[in-house]
Amino acid sequence: MYKAIVIGTSHGGLEALKVILPGFKQGFPLPVIVVLHIGDHNNDPFIAYLNQWCNIPVKEAEINETIEPGIIYFAPPNYHLLINDTFSFTLSIEKKVNFSRPSIDVLFESAAWVYTKSLIGVILTGANSDGANGLLTIKKFGGTTIVQNPCSAIATTMPRAALKLAKPDCRLSLEEIVLKLNELAYSMK
Amino acid sequence: MTNEYNESNADLLNIEIKLLLEAIFLKYGYDFRNYSKAHIKRRVLHWLNVNHTKTVSELLHNILRNREIFYELLDDLSINVTEMYRDPEFYKSLRNIVIPKLNTYAYFKIWHAGCSTGEEVYSLAILLKEEGLLGRCQIYATDFNNKVLEIAREGIYKKADIEQYNRNYELAGGKYNLSDYYQAMYGSVKFQNELSERIVFADHNLVTDSVFADVNLILCRNVMIYFEKSLQNQVLKLFYESLVPSGILCLGSKETIKYTQSENYFDTLDEKQRIYKKKLI
Repeated sequence: MYKAIVIGTSHGGLEALKVILPGFKQGFPLPVIVVLHIGDHNNDPFIAYLNQWCNIPVKEAEINETIEPGIIYFAPPNYHLLINDTFSFTLSIEKKVNFSRPSIDVLFESAAWVYTKSLIGVILTGANSDGANGLLTIKKFGGTTIVQNPCSAIATTMPRAALKLAKPDCRLSLEEIVLKLNELAYSMK
Repeated sequence: MTNEYNESNADLLNIEIKLLLEAIFLKYGYDFRNYSKAHIKRRVLHWLNVNHTKTVSELLHNILRNREIFYELLDDLSINVTEMYRDPEFYKSLRNIVIPKLNTYAYFKIWHAGCSTGEEVYSLAILLKEEGLLGRCQIYATDFNNKVLEIAREGIYKKADIEQYNRNYELAGGKYNLSDYYQAMYGSVKFQNELSERIVFADHNLVTDSVFADVNLILCRNVMIYFEKSLQNQVLKLFYESLVPSGILCLGSKETIKYTQSENYFDTLDEKQRIYKKKLI
């Protein structure tokens, strides 16, 4: 049984998330944890915006917060987001990774260590290679890995880098990713 | 990636990390046992990859026998990313809310805990100077890492960063020009002695050392984010005991006393900027 979904994206990410996140129905059984590169800008406006589109709550991840199913969490701007072995969030201001803070690699790695094979990692559109190493770590720890098909991505660098390095389990369009995530989330294996 | 950890030995990684932290404490007295495990794991695995070491056990063996390797690892375990006027809005609030309170004292003490390389201490000293309070205060700036304290004492920073600092200074409500407070030399800038004369830089470990002094204001920003909740509680208690009645505590913009044991011992002065006041009780 899966316990969490992590998603990483940058350029074009908000557009892609607008397709994926509303695909989770009320009572969705897993937490969804997202890193979207948006520079130092405040998260509040697009979290408010996504809350209008989504069927489950969307919020910024807070330090010490226990991770709950059926909630979409976003990394706060200018902090790395990590997951503790108590399944709660922790933050870091250590230097940028892949020119990014929050970095997808940092979230994915720490999620892989605690969730191991119960984790689903997803890389979407983006203009740098952040997330490729993290996705490989998820794979090494037995999790399931999904990458957006670069042909359908607004920016191809991020999905291409992830495909090349991590050789993921699936390469799918956004619409297919929604179906796949729902299938995996409700599967009993 | 050269470390050997994967699905088949994920539990081993947790065990070895625990042993490593125990060994560091027993041999060198630095206590990372209640630091956030995610943070420690990340730093230790980063170390393994950079130093082509395969297992944490190998690192454990090395640090027990080689003090220099331990101090290199120590540098990696302490995060020393900082900048002048980091979070300018906080400094604006400090100026508007906290300065008037400090102004009611004839003489006051400030403790900047976890000061790292000192950029934020100098930011504070400049702000106090602009408010005419620098001459009436003593600032204690502490960290457990002597290497960063040495840099902080010198007050010399890269010129390349000044442009960013200048922007922050203006956003923070700086009254004049940041360049009024430093001398440029080669690729560096050195902040005035007038500022550093008011600052005592000292070795202090929040985890293992005791109450610091009877202080009026404590700044401890983005330090507790690396602690587990139990240790956050312990350190907040230490701050409570170090403050005078009605003394003020400033945390990092994502840190909070909410949900901790200290929640009821402080009033909130600015929720967004995490500025709290010790209750009289």
